[in-house]
Amino acid sequence: MTDVATTAAEHTRRDFLFIATGAAGAVAAASAIWPFVSQMAPDADTIAAGAPVEFDLTPVAEGQIVKLFWRGKLIFVRHRTKTEIKTAVETDVASLRDPEADSVRVKAGKSQWLVVYGNCTHLGCVPLGNDGAFNGWLCPCHGSVFDTSGRIRQGPAPTNLPVPPYEFVSDQKIRIG
Amino acid sequence: MSGHSTYVPKSAIGRWFESRLPIMGLIHSSFVVFPNPRNLNYYWTFGGILAFMLVSQILTGVVLAMHYVANVDLAFNSVEHIMRDVNYGWMLRYLHANGASMFFVAVYVHIARGLYYGSYKEPREVLWILGVIIFLLMMATAFMGYVLPWGQMSFWGATVITNLFSALPGVGETIVTYLWGGFSVGNPTLNRFFSLHYLLPFMIAGVVVLHVWALHVPGSNNPAGIEKKTDKDTLPFHPYFTVKDAFAVVCFLIFFCWFAFYIPNYLGHADNYIEANPAVTPSHIVPEWYFLPFYAILRAVPDKLLGVLAMFGSIAILVFLPWLDSSKVRSGSYRPAFQVFFWVFVANAIVLGWLGGKPPEGLYVHASRLCTLYYFAYFIVILPLLGKFERTRPLPASIAEAVLGTSGSASAMAGSVAASPNTKG
Repeated sequence: MTDVATTAAEHTRRDFLFIATGAAGAVAAASAIWPFVSQMAPDADTIAAGAPVEFDLTPVAEGQIVKLFWRGKLIFVRHRTKTEIKTAVETDVASLRDPEADSVRVKAGKSQWLVVYGNCTHLGCVPLGNDGAFNGWLCPCHGSVFDTSGRIRQGPAPTNLPVPPYEFVSDQKIRIG
Repeated sequence: MSGHSTYVPKSAIGRWFESRLPIMGLIHSSFVVFPNPRNLNYYWTFGGILAFMLVSQILTGVVLAMHYVANVDLAFNSVEHIMRDVNYGWMLRYLHANGASMFFVAVYVHIARGLYYGSYKEPREVLWILGVIIFLLMMATAFMGYVLPWGQMSFWGATVITNLFSALPGVGETIVTYLWGGFSVGNPTLNRFFSLHYLLPFMIAGVVVLHVWALHVPGSNNPAGIEKKTDKDTLPFHPYFTVKDAFAVVCFLIFFCWFAFYIPNYLGHADNYIEANPAVTPSHIVPEWYFLPFYAILRAVPDKLLGVLAMFGSIAILVFLPWLDSSKVRSGSYRPAFQVFFWVFVANAIVLGWLGGKPPEGLYVHASRLCTLYYFAYFIVILPLLGKFERTRPLPASIAEAVLGTSGSASAMAGSVAASPNTKG
C-alpha cells in the first residue's frame, strides 16, 4: 500500500481496470433489468389461452351482431344485410381515412359475414352496433363512427376495426386464430 | 434542514441518543424553530393538509389491502365484502375513496396558490418540479386505485387510459401489451396495478421528503413574494404554524367527513357498482372528476396521437413554468394585469373540467378547443410576454412592512411580536 503508483504506465493500467470494471458492472446491471421487463409480457398461460376458437354461424340471423372472445379480446361477427353490403362496397375507397376496400375485409363469396375486433381503435371502448351516421358502429366514449365494413368514417379513431385472422372451416363455421 | 441545529436535549438519555442519531435536532430545526414568513395566509396550510391526507390514505389503504383480493373473479365481491361484512369496512373504504378526491381538492388549491404567488420562481424551481413529480405520482396512484374494485368504470377506465400509449407510433402496441400482461385488460393487469397502487404512495412519501427539504433551503414563499430578511419578518414554526396548520386540517376534516359520511358516492359513478364486463362499455364513460380537465384536453384534439401528446403536455409544461414566466415580481398581489389572466386561467380550468364530463359532440368540442387553447396560451404566450409589458405595483420593503404597514416601524416591532397572531392575514 505504501508503494503508490506514480509512473504513467501504472496509471494507464489502473485506469483500464476502473473502466473495465465499470463497463462490466454496467452490462451486468443492464442485463439484470431484462427479466424485470420481460415478466410484464403476456405469460405462457395467457398465450396458451389464445388457441384458435371455432364458431358456428348458423344461429346468427341476418342483421344480427354477435360478440365473442378470442385471447381475451372482443370480436364482432356481423351478418350483414344486402343493403349494408351494398353501401360498404359502393363507398369511395379513396375518400376514407384508412383506405381499404370492403372486399379485402371479408372472405371471397362470404361478403355477408364481417368479422372484426370489437374494440375501438381510438382508446379501446366497445362501439355500439347498428348506430352512428353510417349505421355501422358508434363508439360511446369519444364518438368514433364506423361503417358497415367496420371502417373509420368520423371521430378520433385512426384506423379501421382490424380483421382478426380467421378462416371458414365449413360453409357455416369459422375458426378464429 | 435549515443549517446547524442548536438543539440540546434536556435528558441525559436524549443527549446520548442525539450524539448517535441527531434526528430530534433535525425535527427541532425543521418543524419547531424553523422561521416562517409571518404573513402566510390560509392558502399556505394546504401543504400540511396534503401531508395529513397522504398519511390518511396510506393508513386506510393498508387496512383495506388486508381484506381485498386482487383477482378478476374475486375483486368486485371482495370490495362488497369489505362494505358489508368487515367491521367498519364501509367507513374505511368510503374514507379511502373520498380521501382520494379530497387529496386532489387540496393539491389543486396548493398548485393554484403556487401559481398565484409565483412560488415556482427562483430560487424554488427544484421545489416546484418535485411538486409536479408528486402530482404525476398521485395521478398514477389514483388511476390504478380506481381500477381495483373491478367495476365497469374501473375496467373501461383502465382500458381507455392504457390505450393512450397505443398512440405512440411503432412501439405503442407493444407497450400496451406489456402494460396489460395480455391481449386485453385482464387478471395480470389487475394484479400489477394492485402491486403498484401499494408501492406508489411510499414513493410519493419519498418525494415529499425531498419537497420539504427543498422547501427548507430558501424557506416558504409568502403572499408578498419577497424574501425574509430579518427576524422581524418571521415567526417560529411552532407554535404559530403548527397550530394554524392543525386548525386548517380540522376544518378540512369537516369537509372531508361530510363527503365520506353523508354523500359517500356523490363523486363516484353508479356504473362502478356493476361488475366489469369486457363486452359492454357503459354508455357514458368519464374519468373521476380530478382528471376531467385533462380528459377534455385529450378529446379537444381530433387526432389520436396529438390528443395524447396535448394531454401529457398540459402537465409537462408545468415543469418549464419557472423559466416561462418572465416577471421579476413574484406575487400576483402586485401584478394587476396578471391577476386578470390568472383568474381567467382558474375559471378556464374549471370549465375544462365541466366539459370533460360532457359528451364529445357539437358545441362541447368547440368549447373544449377554445379552453385548451387558453390553457396552453397562458403558459407559452401570456406569462412570457406579460412580465415585459406589465406595470407592477410597488413592493413593500419587507415582509414586516407588508403586514404592519410603514407605521409599524422597527421601534414598534418589539410590542407587535406578542400581538402578531392578530396581524396575520
